[in-house]
Amino acid sequence: MKWILVGIIVACNATGDLLNSFGMRMQGRVHDFAPSGLRRLFHTLVHNRYVIGGVAAMAVAFFALLSLLAISDLSFAVPATAASYLIETVLAKVILKEDVHWQRWLGAFLVAGGVALLAMQ
Amino acid sequence: MNWYIRGLALAVVFFNASGNYFLSLGMHHLGAMVFVSPASYITAIFHPAVLIGVALLICWLIAQLSLLSWADLTFVLPITALAYVCSALLGAFSLHEHVSLSRWCGIALIAGGVAVVSRTRAATGHPMYRHPGNPQ
Repeated sequence: MKWILVGIIVACNATGDLLNSFGMRMQGRVHDFAPSGLRRLFHTLVHNRYVIGGVAAMAVAFFALLSLLAISDLSFAVPATAASYLIETVLAKVILKEDVHWQRWLGAFLVAGGVALLAMQ
Repeated sequence: MNWYIRGLALAVVFFNASGNYFLSLGMHHLGAMVFVSPASYITAIFHPAVLIGVALLICWLIAQLSLLSWADLTFVLPITALAYVCSALLGAFSLHEHVSLSRWCGIALIAGGVAVVSRTRAATGHPMYRHPGNPQ
């Protein structure tokens, strides 16, 4: 059960991150963090279908995380769900056309390795 | 790295680690009851610690979306992985979970990955970053 939940969280997190990243690029850079600015941001985001889809995917990941936290330690649950680092790096390069040079690959591998070690019992 | 990106990255790490900490606190208190029925998820949401965790994770979502408007996904993901380190440390020192030698090595690797990626340019030359009113 534990690993099924991890799989759901990884898939939904990857989908959510890709959709959110694409949606926020269309949105433009956020400068205004005053309450009125955040209200305006909210009003435009509810019409951004990529962000809506991304948030929906992350909501599924959230409920799966709640279930995982009920049956495992925080120090297992959170790191184990981060197996998506390398998958998301590949998808960002292919789908979002990001310029992923060697430093970013090295960083992604180090973080993924670190996360794998964190998840070890 | 400009101040917007630094500030937003710090906010993402803080809200993520603290939100997960409060969720864990609440869910450990409730135990495995969330599997009983869908309604039990609603009950879980109204536990005070879970409520605080949800509020912090909403702040995390706003900070994460704002950061993604400034930087590449492949930049944001490793940088915000510091939240995993904070979660592990919170688990160790506050929830008294066991942190083995391999987990400490994992924390060191993540810190190394963050250091490497933080030296790269936050937003690469994707055309979507170049439209009018949204300069590089």
